[in-house]
Amino acid sequence: MTTGQKFSAGGGHGAIPLEGVSTGLGEPPQPEWPLYEIFVRGKRGLNHVHVGSLHAADDEMAVRHARDVYTRRNEGVSIWAVRADLIVASSPDEKDPLFDPAGDKVYRHPTFYDIPANVPHM
Amino acid sequence: MSDTLQTASLEADFDRVIERHDRIEPRDWMPEKYRATLVRQVAQHAHSEIIGMQPEGNWITRAPSLRRKAILLAKVQDEAGHGLYLYSACETLGVTRAELTEKLIAGKQKYSSIFNYPTLSYADVGTIGWLVDGAAICNQVPLCRTSYGPYGRAMNRICKEESFHQRQGFELLLTMMSGTDAQRAMVQESVDRFWWPALMMFGPPDVESPNTAQSMAWRIKRDTNDDLRQKFVDMSVPQAQALGVTLPDAELRWNEERGHYDFTQPDWDEFMAVVKGSGPCNAQRIAHRKRALDEGAWVREAATAFARSQREDAS
Repeated sequence: MTTGQKFSAGGGHGAIPLEGVSTGLGEPPQPEWPLYEIFVRGKRGLNHVHVGSLHAADDEMAVRHARDVYTRRNEGVSIWAVRADLIVASSPDEKDPLFDPAGDKVYRHPTFYDIPANVPHM
Repeated sequence: MSDTLQTASLEADFDRVIERHDRIEPRDWMPEKYRATLVRQVAQHAHSEIIGMQPEGNWITRAPSLRRKAILLAKVQDEAGHGLYLYSACETLGVTRAELTEKLIAGKQKYSSIFNYPTLSYADVGTIGWLVDGAAICNQVPLCRTSYGPYGRAMNRICKEESFHQRQGFELLLTMMSGTDAQRAMVQESVDRFWWPALMMFGPPDVESPNTAQSMAWRIKRDTNDDLRQKFVDMSVPQAQALGVTLPDAELRWNEERGHYDFTQPDWDEFMAVVKGSGPCNAQRIAHRKRALDEGAWVREAATAFARSQREDAS
Protein backbone atom coordinates (compact mmCIF):
# COMPACT_ATOMS: atom_id res chain seq x y z
CA MET A 1 0.00 0.00 0.00
CA THR A 2 2.91 2.39 0.55
CA THR A 3 5.84 3.00 -1.76
CA GLY A 4 8.29 3.52 1.11
CA GLN A 5 8.71 7.15 0.06
CA LYS A 6 8.24 9.98 2.59
CA PHE A 7 5.25 12.22 2.03
CA SER A 8 3.85 15.32 3.66
CA ALA A 9 0.25 16.58 3.37
CA GLY A 10 1.57 19.83 1.97
CA GLY A 11 0.63 22.59 -0.38
CA GLY A 12 -3.11 22.49 -0.11
CA HIS A 13 -3.71 19.65 -2.49
CA GLY A 14 -2.82 16.44 -0.69
CA ALA A 15 0.47 14.89 0.32
CA ILE A 16 3.64 15.71 -1.56
CA PRO A 17 6.82 13.66 -1.75
CA LEU A 18 9.64 14.84 0.51
CA GLU A 19 12.41 12.98 -1.24
CA GLY A 20 13.41 11.84 -4.68
CA VAL A 21 12.24 15.13 -6.16
CA SER A 22 14.75 16.47 -8.60
CA THR A 23 14.04 20.10 -9.22
CA GLY A 24 17.63 21.14 -9.81
CA LEU A 25 17.22 23.30 -6.73
CA GLY A 26 19.19 21.24 -4.22
CA GLU A 27 18.04 20.07 -0.82
CA PRO A 28 15.02 22.16 0.19
CA PRO A 29 15.50 23.96 3.53
CA GLN A 30 12.74 23.57 6.11
CA PRO A 31 10.26 26.38 5.65
CA GLU A 32 10.42 28.83 8.54
CA TRP A 33 6.70 28.94 9.18
CA PRO A 34 4.42 25.88 9.22
CA LEU A 35 1.95 25.23 6.43
CA TYR A 36 -1.78 25.57 7.09
CA GLU A 37 -4.62 24.22 4.96
CA ILE A 38 -7.51 26.69 4.68
CA PHE A 39 -11.20 25.80 4.57
CA VAL A 40 -13.93 28.39 3.97
CA ARG A 41 -17.69 28.20 4.58
CA GLY A 42 -19.16 30.14 1.65
CA LYS A 43 -22.45 30.88 3.37
CA ARG A 44 -24.63 29.51 6.14
CA GLY A 45 -25.95 26.06 5.27
CA LEU A 46 -22.84 24.96 3.33
CA ASN A 47 -19.85 22.86 4.38
CA HIS A 48 -16.43 24.35 4.86
CA VAL A 49 -14.58 23.66 1.61
CA HIS A 50 -10.83 23.44 1.09
CA VAL A 51 -9.64 26.55 -0.79
CA GLY A 52 -5.85 26.40 -0.56
CA SER A 53 -2.97 26.78 1.82
CA LEU A 54 -0.61 29.33 3.33
CA HIS A 55 2.29 29.68 5.75
CA ALA A 56 1.89 31.45 9.10
CA ALA A 57 3.88 31.79 12.32
CA ASP A 58 0.95 30.74 14.50
CA ASP A 59 -2.75 29.80 14.43
CA GLU A 60 -4.06 33.34 14.81
CA MET A 61 -1.91 34.65 11.98
CA ALA A 62 -3.08 31.76 9.80
CA VAL A 63 -6.69 32.92 10.14
CA ARG A 64 -5.79 36.57 9.49
CA HIS A 65 -3.75 35.68 6.42
CA ALA A 66 -6.52 33.37 5.21
CA ARG A 67 -8.95 36.29 5.38
CA ASP A 68 -6.65 38.45 3.22
CA VAL A 69 -5.67 35.73 0.75
CA TYR A 70 -8.91 33.79 0.31
CA THR A 71 -11.85 36.09 1.21
CA ARG A 72 -11.17 39.44 -0.43
CA ARG A 73 -14.61 39.38 -2.10
CA ASN A 74 -16.98 38.10 0.59
CA GLU A 75 -16.25 34.48 -0.32
CA GLY A 76 -16.91 33.27 3.20
CA VAL A 77 -18.62 33.60 6.56
CA SER A 78 -16.25 31.28 8.44
CA ILE A 79 -12.64 30.10 8.11
CA TRP A 80 -10.92 26.97 9.39
CA ALA A 81 -7.12 26.89 9.41
CA VAL A 82 -5.57 23.44 10.02
CA ARG A 83 -1.89 22.66 10.40
CA ALA A 84 -1.05 20.57 7.32
CA ASP A 85 1.18 18.19 9.27
CA LEU A 86 -1.80 17.25 11.49
CA ILE A 87 -3.86 16.01 8.54
CA VAL A 88 -3.98 12.24 8.14
CA ALA A 89 -4.11 11.25 4.46
CA SER A 90 -5.34 7.89 3.15
CA SER A 91 -2.19 6.93 1.24
CA PRO A 92 0.20 8.32 -1.33
CA ASP A 93 -1.45 6.37 -4.13
CA GLU A 94 -4.76 7.79 -5.36
CA LYS A 95 -5.96 4.47 -6.81
CA ASP A 96 -5.29 2.59 -3.66
CA PRO A 97 -6.71 -0.86 -2.73
CA LEU A 98 -8.31 1.00 0.22
CA PHE A 99 -11.10 1.96 -2.15
CA ASP A 100 -11.41 -1.40 -3.91
CA PRO A 101 -14.11 -2.86 -1.63
CA ALA A 102 -16.58 -0.24 -2.91
CA GLY A 103 -15.82 -1.08 -6.53
CA ASP A 104 -17.94 -4.23 -6.95
CA LYS A 105 -20.93 -3.22 -4.80
CA VAL A 106 -23.18 -1.80 -7.50
CA TYR A 107 -26.22 -2.85 -5.42
CA ARG A 108 -25.50 0.16 -3.17
CA HIS A 109 -26.78 2.46 -5.93
CA PRO A 110 -30.50 3.07 -6.58
CA THR A 111 -30.02 2.52 -10.31
CA PHE A 112 -29.16 -1.17 -9.65
CA TYR A 113 -32.87 -1.98 -9.15
CA ASP A 114 -35.41 -2.38 -11.99
CA ILE A 115 -38.75 -0.87 -11.04
CA PRO A 116 -41.69 -0.89 -13.50
CA ALA A 117 -42.17 2.52 -15.09
CA ASN A 118 -45.79 2.78 -13.93
CA VAL A 119 -44.88 2.70 -10.20
CA PRO A 120 -45.15 6.32 -8.99
CA HIS A 121 -42.90 8.29 -6.61
CA MET A 122 -39.94 5.91 -6.67
CA MET B 1 9.49 -6.13 -9.91
CA SER B 2 12.71 -4.49 -11.09
CA ASP B 3 13.05 -0.70 -10.89
CA THR B 4 12.94 -0.32 -14.65
CA LEU B 5 9.77 -2.38 -14.94
CA GLN B 6 8.16 -0.46 -12.09
CA THR B 7 9.00 2.88 -13.69
CA ALA B 8 7.57 1.71 -17.02
CA SER B 9 4.32 0.72 -15.31
CA LEU B 10 4.12 4.04 -13.40
CA GLU B 11 4.77 5.91 -16.62
CA ALA B 12 1.99 3.99 -18.37
CA ASP B 13 -0.43 4.93 -15.56
CA PHE B 14 0.63 8.57 -15.85
CA ASP B 15 0.15 8.55 -19.64
CA ARG B 16 -3.34 7.07 -19.26
CA VAL B 17 -4.39 9.83 -16.86
CA ILE B 18 -3.16 12.47 -19.32
CA GLU B 19 -4.77 10.61 -22.23
CA ARG B 20 -8.25 10.69 -20.71
CA HIS B 21 -7.86 14.44 -19.89
CA ASP B 22 -7.83 13.67 -16.17
CA ARG B 23 -5.73 15.63 -13.67
CA ILE B 24 -2.40 14.75 -12.11
CA GLU B 25 -2.41 15.34 -8.35
CA PRO B 26 0.60 15.98 -6.10
CA ARG B 27 0.71 12.42 -4.73
CA ASP B 28 0.79 10.80 -8.17
CA TRP B 29 3.97 9.54 -9.73
CA MET B 30 5.08 11.88 -12.52
CA PRO B 31 8.05 11.96 -14.87
CA GLU B 32 10.83 14.16 -13.47
CA LYS B 33 10.76 16.29 -16.61
CA TYR B 34 7.03 16.95 -16.14
CA ARG B 35 7.75 18.04 -12.56
CA ALA B 36 10.68 20.23 -13.60
CA THR B 37 8.68 21.84 -16.43
CA LEU B 38 5.88 22.66 -14.01
CA VAL B 39 8.20 24.09 -11.36
CA ARG B 40 9.72 26.34 -14.01
CA GLN B 41 6.37 27.46 -15.42
CA VAL B 42 4.45 27.91 -12.15
CA ALA B 43 7.40 29.65 -10.44
CA GLN B 44 7.75 32.05 -13.37
CA HIS B 45 4.03 32.69 -13.21
CA ALA B 46 4.13 33.36 -9.44
CA HIS B 47 7.14 35.67 -9.81
CA SER B 48 5.31 37.60 -12.54
CA GLU B 49 2.38 38.28 -10.24
CA ILE B 50 4.68 39.53 -7.47
CA ILE B 51 6.96 41.63 -9.69
CA GLY B 52 3.84 42.82 -11.53
CA MET B 53 2.82 44.74 -8.42
CA GLN B 54 5.65 47.23 -8.97
CA PRO B 55 4.76 49.03 -12.24
CA GLU B 56 1.26 49.83 -11.03
CA GLY B 57 2.17 50.28 -7.37
CA ASN B 58 4.22 53.19 -8.71
CA TRP B 59 0.97 55.17 -9.18
CA ILE B 60 -0.92 54.40 -5.95
CA THR B 61 0.18 57.58 -4.16
CA ARG B 62 -0.56 59.67 -7.24
CA ALA B 63 -3.91 58.26 -8.33
CA PRO B 64 -6.15 61.21 -9.28
CA SER B 65 -9.05 60.47 -6.91
CA LEU B 66 -9.87 58.42 -3.84
CA ARG B 67 -12.02 56.12 -6.01
CA ARG B 68 -9.13 55.44 -8.40
CA LYS B 69 -6.73 54.96 -5.50
CA ALA B 70 -9.01 52.40 -3.81
CA ILE B 71 -9.38 50.50 -7.12
CA LEU B 72 -5.64 50.48 -7.75
CA LEU B 73 -4.89 49.33 -4.20
CA ALA B 74 -7.38 46.47 -4.56
CA LYS B 75 -5.86 45.48 -7.87
CA VAL B 76 -2.28 45.45 -6.60
CA GLN B 77 -3.43 43.48 -3.54
CA ASP B 78 -5.02 40.93 -5.92
CA GLU B 79 -1.67 40.50 -7.69
CA ALA B 80 -0.08 39.66 -4.34
CA GLY B 81 -2.87 37.13 -3.74
CA HIS B 82 -2.35 35.57 -7.18
CA GLY B 83 1.36 35.21 -6.44
CA LEU B 84 0.53 33.41 -3.19
CA TYR B 85 -1.93 30.97 -4.86
CA LEU B 86 0.77 30.09 -7.38
CA TYR B 87 3.60 29.73 -4.87
CA SER B 88 1.32 27.33 -2.95
CA ALA B 89 0.69 25.30 -6.11
CA CYS B 90 4.43 25.26 -6.84
CA GLU B 91 5.21 24.05 -3.32
CA THR B 92 3.17 20.88 -3.97
CA LEU B 93 5.88 19.94 -6.47
CA GLY B 94 8.47 19.75 -3.70
CA VAL B 95 10.07 23.20 -3.66
CA THR B 96 9.81 25.92 -1.01
CA ARG B 97 8.80 29.52 -1.43
CA ALA B 98 12.06 30.73 0.11
CA GLU B 99 14.04 28.84 -2.53
CA LEU B 100 11.93 30.25 -5.35
CA THR B 101 12.35 33.81 -4.07
CA GLU B 102 16.08 33.21 -3.77
CA LYS B 103 16.21 32.00 -7.40
CA LEU B 104 14.25 35.03 -8.54
CA ILE B 105 16.56 37.49 -6.82
CA ALA B 106 19.64 35.64 -8.10
CA GLY B 107 18.22 35.94 -11.64
CA LYS B 108 18.04 32.15 -12.01
CA GLN B 109 14.28 32.17 -12.53
CA LYS B 110 12.40 34.56 -14.76
CA TYR B 111 9.20 36.60 -14.72
CA SER B 112 7.14 37.98 -17.59
CA SER B 113 9.18 40.39 -19.71
CA ILE B 114 6.30 42.92 -19.74
CA PHE B 115 7.08 44.07 -16.20
CA ASN B 116 10.49 45.30 -17.25
CA TYR B 117 8.86 48.24 -19.00
CA PRO B 118 8.29 51.45 -17.01
CA THR B 119 4.94 53.10 -16.22
CA LEU B 120 5.60 56.65 -17.36
CA SER B 121 2.11 58.13 -17.09
CA TYR B 122 -1.06 57.44 -15.13
CA ALA B 123 -2.70 56.28 -18.38
CA ASP B 124 -0.36 53.27 -18.18
CA VAL B 125 -2.46 51.98 -15.27
CA GLY B 126 -5.42 51.78 -17.66
CA THR B 127 -3.39 50.34 -20.53
CA ILE B 128 -1.91 47.64 -18.30
CA GLY B 129 -5.40 46.66 -17.17
CA TRP B 130 -6.74 46.60 -20.72
CA LEU B 131 -3.86 45.14 -22.78
CA VAL B 132 -1.53 43.43 -20.30
CA ASP B 133 -4.26 41.85 -18.19
CA GLY B 134 -6.22 41.17 -21.39
CA ALA B 135 -3.23 39.22 -22.77
CA ALA B 136 -2.86 37.48 -19.40
CA ILE B 137 -6.50 36.38 -19.55
CA CYS B 138 -5.96 34.88 -23.05
CA ASN B 139 -3.03 32.91 -21.62
CA GLN B 140 -4.69 31.94 -18.37
CA VAL B 141 -8.20 30.84 -19.29
CA PRO B 142 -6.94 27.70 -21.10
CA LEU B 143 -4.63 27.00 -18.15
CA CYS B 144 -7.67 26.40 -15.91
CA ARG B 145 -7.81 23.02 -17.73
CA THR B 146 -4.10 22.30 -17.38
CA SER B 147 -3.23 18.70 -16.47
CA TYR B 148 -1.70 19.51 -13.06
CA GLY B 149 -4.55 19.84 -10.54
CA PRO B 150 -3.11 22.44 -8.11
CA TYR B 151 -2.04 24.71 -10.98
CA GLY B 152 -5.49 24.50 -12.61
CA ARG B 153 -7.23 25.30 -9.32
CA ALA B 154 -4.99 28.32 -8.75
CA MET B 155 -5.73 29.50 -12.30
CA ASN B 156 -9.47 29.19 -11.69
CA ARG B 157 -9.33 31.57 -8.75
CA ILE B 158 -7.05 33.95 -10.65
CA CYS B 159 -9.22 34.10 -13.77
CA LYS B 160 -12.30 34.99 -11.72
CA GLU B 161 -10.46 38.01 -10.30
CA GLU B 162 -8.62 39.00 -13.47
CA SER B 163 -11.80 40.14 -15.18
CA PHE B 164 -12.09 43.03 -12.70
CA HIS B 165 -8.54 44.04 -13.61
CA GLN B 166 -9.24 44.27 -17.30
CA ARG B 167 -12.55 46.08 -16.92
CA GLN B 168 -11.22 48.71 -14.50
CA GLY B 169 -8.39 49.43 -16.95
CA PHE B 170 -10.70 49.77 -19.93
CA GLU B 171 -13.09 52.00 -17.98
CA LEU B 172 -10.18 54.19 -16.85
CA LEU B 173 -9.06 54.67 -20.48
CA LEU B 174 -12.65 55.28 -21.62
CA THR B 175 -12.98 58.03 -18.99
CA MET B 176 -9.74 59.67 -20.17
CA MET B 177 -10.83 59.40 -23.82
CA SER B 178 -13.94 61.43 -23.03
CA GLY B 179 -11.76 64.12 -21.41
CA THR B 180 -9.45 66.72 -22.96
CA ASP B 181 -7.23 66.44 -26.06
CA ALA B 182 -4.22 66.18 -23.75
CA GLN B 183 -5.80 63.23 -21.93
CA ARG B 184 -6.62 61.47 -25.22
CA ALA B 185 -3.03 62.00 -26.37
CA MET B 186 -1.81 60.49 -23.11
CA VAL B 187 -3.88 57.35 -23.72
CA GLN B 188 -2.65 57.02 -27.31
CA GLU B 189 0.97 57.45 -26.26
CA SER B 190 0.55 54.80 -23.60
CA VAL B 191 -1.09 52.31 -26.02
CA ASP B 192 1.74 52.95 -28.52
CA ARG B 193 4.29 51.92 -25.90
CA PHE B 194 2.49 48.86 -24.54
CA TRP B 195 1.10 47.24 -27.71
CA TRP B 196 4.34 45.52 -28.77
CA PRO B 197 5.42 44.33 -25.32
CA ALA B 198 1.85 42.97 -24.85
CA LEU B 199 2.22 40.90 -28.06
CA MET B 200 5.53 39.55 -26.72
CA MET B 201 3.75 38.22 -23.61
CA PHE B 202 2.72 35.08 -25.51
CA GLY B 203 6.34 34.07 -26.04
CA PRO B 204 8.38 33.46 -29.19
CA PRO B 205 6.74 32.20 -32.41
CA ASP B 206 5.89 28.47 -32.39
CA VAL B 207 8.73 27.59 -34.76
CA GLU B 208 11.22 28.94 -32.21
CA SER B 209 9.51 27.65 -29.08
CA PRO B 210 11.09 24.26 -28.32
CA ASN B 211 9.15 23.74 -25.07
CA THR B 212 5.68 24.04 -26.55
CA ALA B 213 5.31 20.57 -28.15
CA GLN B 214 6.20 18.58 -25.02
CA SER B 215 4.12 20.87 -22.79
CA MET B 216 1.14 20.42 -25.09
CA ALA B 217 1.56 16.64 -25.15
CA TRP B 218 1.48 16.66 -21.34
CA ARG B 219 -1.48 19.06 -21.49
CA ILE B 220 0.36 21.52 -19.21
CA LYS B 221 -0.11 24.07 -21.95
CA ARG B 222 -3.34 23.95 -23.97
CA ASP B 223 -2.73 26.34 -26.92
CA THR B 224 0.35 27.41 -28.85
CA ASN B 225 1.96 30.84 -28.46
CA ASP B 226 0.93 31.92 -31.97
CA ASP B 227 -2.69 30.80 -31.56
CA LEU B 228 -3.03 32.75 -28.32
CA ARG B 229 -1.38 35.84 -29.82
CA GLN B 230 -3.80 35.75 -32.78
CA LYS B 231 -6.74 35.42 -30.41
CA PHE B 232 -5.51 38.43 -28.45
CA VAL B 233 -5.13 40.58 -31.58
CA ASP B 234 -8.60 39.61 -32.85
CA MET B 235 -10.06 40.49 -29.47
CA SER B 236 -8.21 43.80 -29.10
CA VAL B 237 -9.02 45.42 -32.45
CA PRO B 238 -12.75 46.03 -31.81
CA GLN B 239 -11.95 47.10 -28.25
CA ALA B 240 -9.49 49.70 -29.58
CA GLN B 241 -12.19 50.95 -31.96
CA ALA B 242 -14.69 51.29 -29.11
CA LEU B 243 -12.07 53.22 -27.17
CA GLY B 244 -11.12 55.44 -30.12
CA VAL B 245 -7.40 54.67 -30.07
CA THR B 246 -5.19 53.50 -32.93
CA LEU B 247 -3.11 50.35 -32.50
CA PRO B 248 0.41 51.25 -33.72
CA ASP B 249 0.60 48.71 -36.56
CA ALA B 250 0.18 49.95 -40.15
CA GLU B 251 -0.16 46.34 -41.38
CA LEU B 252 -3.05 45.52 -39.06
CA ARG B 253 -6.04 44.54 -41.23
CA TRP B 254 -8.82 41.95 -41.47
CA ASN B 255 -7.97 38.92 -43.58
CA GLU B 256 -11.23 37.56 -44.98
CA GLU B 257 -9.66 34.29 -46.09
CA ARG B 258 -8.13 33.44 -42.72
CA GLY B 259 -10.97 34.91 -40.70
CA HIS B 260 -8.39 36.70 -38.55
CA TYR B 261 -6.54 40.01 -38.42
CA ASP B 262 -3.11 40.12 -40.07
CA PHE B 263 -0.56 41.92 -37.91
CA THR B 264 3.16 42.69 -37.62
CA GLN B 265 5.26 40.54 -35.30
CA PRO B 266 6.88 42.39 -32.40
CA ASP B 267 10.65 42.90 -32.36
CA TRP B 268 11.88 39.51 -31.13
CA ASP B 269 15.45 40.78 -30.71
CA GLU B 270 14.13 43.29 -28.19
CA PHE B 271 12.22 40.48 -26.46
CA MET B 272 15.35 38.33 -26.15
CA ALA B 273 17.35 41.30 -24.84
CA VAL B 274 14.70 42.03 -22.17
CA VAL B 275 14.50 38.37 -21.14
CA LYS B 276 18.30 38.27 -20.83
CA GLY B 277 18.20 41.27 -18.47
CA SER B 278 18.72 44.37 -20.62
CA GLY B 279 15.17 45.73 -20.42
CA PRO B 280 14.61 49.26 -19.15
CA CYS B 281 13.66 48.16 -15.60
CA ASN B 282 15.12 44.67 -14.98
CA ALA B 283 17.69 45.77 -12.40
CA GLN B 284 15.26 48.11 -10.66
CA ARG B 285 12.56 45.42 -10.32
CA ILE B 286 14.88 42.86 -8.75
CA ALA B 287 16.55 45.45 -6.50
CA HIS B 288 13.11 46.51 -5.23
CA ARG B 289 12.05 42.90 -4.60
CA LYS B 290 15.26 42.29 -2.66
CA ARG B 291 14.80 45.46 -0.62
CA ALA B 292 11.23 44.45 0.30
CA LEU B 293 12.46 41.01 1.36
CA ASP B 294 15.37 42.41 3.43
CA GLU B 295 13.34 45.18 5.04
CA GLY B 296 10.55 42.75 5.97
CA ALA B 297 12.94 40.29 7.64
CA TRP B 298 12.54 41.80 11.13
CA VAL B 299 8.73 41.50 10.87
CA ARG B 300 8.97 37.79 10.04
CA GLU B 301 11.53 37.25 12.80
CA ALA B 302 9.34 39.08 15.35
CA ALA B 303 6.29 37.01 14.36
CA THR B 304 8.31 33.80 14.71
CA ALA B 305 9.64 34.87 18.13
CA PHE B 306 6.13 35.84 19.28
CA ALA B 307 4.71 32.48 18.17
CA ARG B 308 7.50 30.67 20.02
CA SER B 309 6.93 32.63 23.26
CA GLN B 310 3.17 31.98 23.05
CA ARG B 311 3.84 28.25 22.72
CA GLU B 312 6.27 28.30 25.65
CA ASP B 313 3.78 30.20 27.84
CA ALA B 314 1.09 27.66 27.00
CA SER B 315 3.20 24.63 27.90
